[in-house]
Amino acid sequence: MNAPQEEKGREPRVGVYVCQCGHNIGRVVDCEAVAKYASGLGGVVHASTNRYSCSEPGQNGMVKDIVEKKLDRVVIAACSPRLHEPTFRKMLETAGLNPYLLEMSNIREHCSWVHEDGKTATAKAKDLVHMAVERARLLEPQEAATVPVTQAAMVVGGGIAGIQAALDLADQGYQVYLVEKEPSIGGMMAKIDKTFPTMDCSI
Amino acid sequence: MMDAGRHPKIKVLAGSELKSVSGYIGNFTAVVRQKARMVSSACTSCGDCVEVCPVSVPDEFEEGLGTRRAIYKPFPQAIPSLFLIDPDSCLGSNPVACGKCKEVCGAKAIDYAMRDEEIVLSVGTVVVATGAEPWDPTPNVEYGYSRHLDVLTSIEFERMLSAGGPTGGHIQRPSDGKEPRSIAYIQCVGSRTQDPCRGMTYCSSFCCMETVKTTLQVQEHIRGVKQTVYYMDIRAFGKGFEGLYTRSRADGVRYVHSIPSSVTRDAAGRLLCRIADPDTGELREEAHDMVILAVGVKPRTDSDAIQKLFTLSRTEDGFFLESHPKLKPVDTPTGGVFLAGFVESPKDIKDCVTQASAAASRASILMRKGEVTVEAITSSIDPGLCTACGQCAKVCPFHAITVDKEKGTATVVEALCQGCGTCGPECRFDAVSLRHFTDEQFFNQIDAALEEEPEKKVLAFCCNWCSYAGADFAGVSRMQYPGSVRIIRSMCSGRIDERFVLYAMEKRAGIVLVSGCHIGDCHYIDANKSTLTRVEKLQERMRAAGLDVGRLHRRWVSAAEGRRWADTIQELADRLPSVDPAEVSKAADWARDQRVKYEKRVEKHREKRRAPKPAMAGSGAGGAA
Ligand SMILES: Cc1cc2nc3c(=O)[nH]c(=O)nc-3n(C[C@H](O)[C@H](O)[C@H](O)COP(=O)(O)OP(=O)(O)OC[C@H]3O[C@@H](n4cnc5c(N)ncnc54)[C@H](O)[C@@H]3O)c2cc1C
Repeated sequence: MNAPQEEKGREPRVGVYVCQCGHNIGRVVDCEAVAKYASGLGGVVHASTNRYSCSEPGQNGMVKDIVEKKLDRVVIAACSPRLHEPTFRKMLETAGLNPYLLEMSNIREHCSWVHEDGKTATAKAKDLVHMAVERARLLEPQEAATVPVTQAAMVVGGGIAGIQAALDLADQGYQVYLVEKEPSIGGMMAKIDKTFPTMDCSI
Repeated sequence: MMDAGRHPKIKVLAGSELKSVSGYIGNFTAVVRQKARMVSSACTSCGDCVEVCPVSVPDEFEEGLGTRRAIYKPFPQAIPSLFLIDPDSCLGSNPVACGKCKEVCGAKAIDYAMRDEEIVLSVGTVVVATGAEPWDPTPNVEYGYSRHLDVLTSIEFERMLSAGGPTGGHIQRPSDGKEPRSIAYIQCVGSRTQDPCRGMTYCSSFCCMETVKTTLQVQEHIRGVKQTVYYMDIRAFGKGFEGLYTRSRADGVRYVHSIPSSVTRDAAGRLLCRIADPDTGELREEAHDMVILAVGVKPRTDSDAIQKLFTLSRTEDGFFLESHPKLKPVDTPTGGVFLAGFVESPKDIKDCVTQASAAASRASILMRKGEVTVEAITSSIDPGLCTACGQCAKVCPFHAITVDKEKGTATVVEALCQGCGTCGPECRFDAVSLRHFTDEQFFNQIDAALEEEPEKKVLAFCCNWCSYAGADFAGVSRMQYPGSVRIIRSMCSGRIDERFVLYAMEKRAGIVLVSGCHIGDCHYIDANKSTLTRVEKLQERMRAAGLDVGRLHRRWVSAAEGRRWADTIQELADRLPSVDPAEVSKAADWARDQRVKYEKRVEKHREKRRAPKPAMAGSGAGGAA
């Protein structure tokens, strides 16, 4: 197995959090067992469960651990990274860690929600956490680049939705280009005489 | 509409279509093609030209119920408030052929030589609000839309009710011009059906209220008119809706819980709706003078073009997919691009407006900040190992790699690199690496996933945007499938090096799955085409080595295809018990040989270059040793 490279000679200190997500995960996966299993994995210096990792008490607890136990890699076994990775990356920053030192393990969408059998789900959750820990040990800090944002917007489609979006943006002072395929804006609504629920004219 | 036309900060580009879009969040460049109107902004909207135009064609705006000229204004309140010439029906500029409008135009606004224009826009954010299409009821043959003149769609009827419409707001039967005494409405035409020829599966959501509204309007137009609404459910769920529905019923409109099985015409020219009595189930016919089909909406047939331009995804019903159905309802997976209106799902005006304000607000948050952090995930090339062969540059979808043959090395232009990592697997000498998704990290994950009972597992490589999201969607929808799958996420399936697959074979994975976006849906333009070629090549090599290619699969799964994901895993898991351990051993040996060969080649190359071993290339199992 690959040893971590970044701090030469020093094993990273991985913290693992197994989220119960209320009953969403906890009902199926034996989270305590997964945390216990995680505590025996290489590089792991802390492993525990959380009722709701994304909640304030959940995050505060993790920040405290990171600082007190000098954790430098964090594995959160919870929902999909597509949902809460940004949340937890911010949390790492709060704790003084580079946000890229986080690895999420998806034991909700990919586990407790799709496998009803607790034994299967718990075994799989252990594997998923193990995989995440192994990846986490090799994570390195990354510097995200910032790029300027052009102060103009394009709205494609000039129906009521496009018109409203264009007006709101323009009223805030942004230059807006409203691109409409047809010779006039208006879309479907322009054809309607009176509209519910107000029964007034549409244009 | 007027406000948008007059706003100093809004430039309306009508008659325009997007040709291309490049760039990324905060920095998009769009090329727009604007059709020549052949009428300049000098037009005063006087309408003299229309009087002399000899051409008459069906008017699209009036749903074909009226006609227009070749030079026309789409409708009186049109924005921009200019006339235009329809080149397809115009007889031409040649004075012999016609040229009459130009002669009478006092403002000298007509210019037949006007050509289409290409406009380049630089924008930071985009709102996609391209709407939807009404369902065409022609295939719903039982309603006789194409047989009977007096069967109209709700949109055609809207035009008839409009004071500015083809009949001046007078309701009349198209067949004989007479005022109807009895009007029937058939609900859910093109909605809520399992038969794809007859419509869509979903509820179009606005049609119930649109019919309720129309009945109230008609009541004002024709005193004592009889109105009947045939429905399967009346969905009057919004604020103020129930009140309108109650009013319509109190006004004497009949709501009949039955959908006609046919509409026929009797000798007297009346339309007979055949229904089953909601109470007794008895079949009977009810006669009406006009029948209005409350048509739903479907995704635009030209949605593909927009989808490709902005690399968006679509849900199973064909509408564009939001980042998250509850928490990010107007964001899309493409940073800086937002959705509003029908394009996301059928809805009424109020919901369109609300969603549009939300999209505008999401976009302005980005712009107000002035700068945005882009993913730190980019590729880098080790100049010590690079031979400037240019293979990586060839597959880069963003042209982010420049190859300098003289210096003998390739370089990644970081500002252009989007981090798909499809360059890495192309390199024969291990010179390319992707930040945050390194080879070693993948090998470590494979090791961990296959530590116990590897033969009983399906190891799946999934791309972040489609197949991983598809698996998420299966979870959100609580679709059950076997627990034998272990997913390794990469940003793009193009990142999946054949060495990862081989290593999984060496570690005795029962089945390996490489999964990504459908061709054409790739978040990184077409990086997944490399995935396709690579998996096929590897399967070919396995075949040549006499191995079972049934252990390596490549499947495309979109973010909306939770069902497809669950079915795929079910199918692969079902194959696991029949995987022969002897076959696994044979493949493992072969895969090990392949790895050793690769490592030797890289080692030799490194020595030749006298390049010191980079720190990253650890002593690890699958890593380049
Ligand atoms: C018969 C009928 C009656 C209705 N009555 C009511 C009512 O009384 N009250 C109510 O609240 N709602 C009503 N609705 C619903 C309402 O019309 C819609 O909610 C609303 O008009 C949708 O607006 P939109 O901007 O999302 O889409 P659209 O109105 O469809 O606008 C989309 C625009 O984008 C343009 N476009 C498409 N593709 C491109 C492209 N590639 N490039 C550039 N431009 C493009 C189109 O030309 C169009 O102008 C009714 C709908 C129908 C069909």
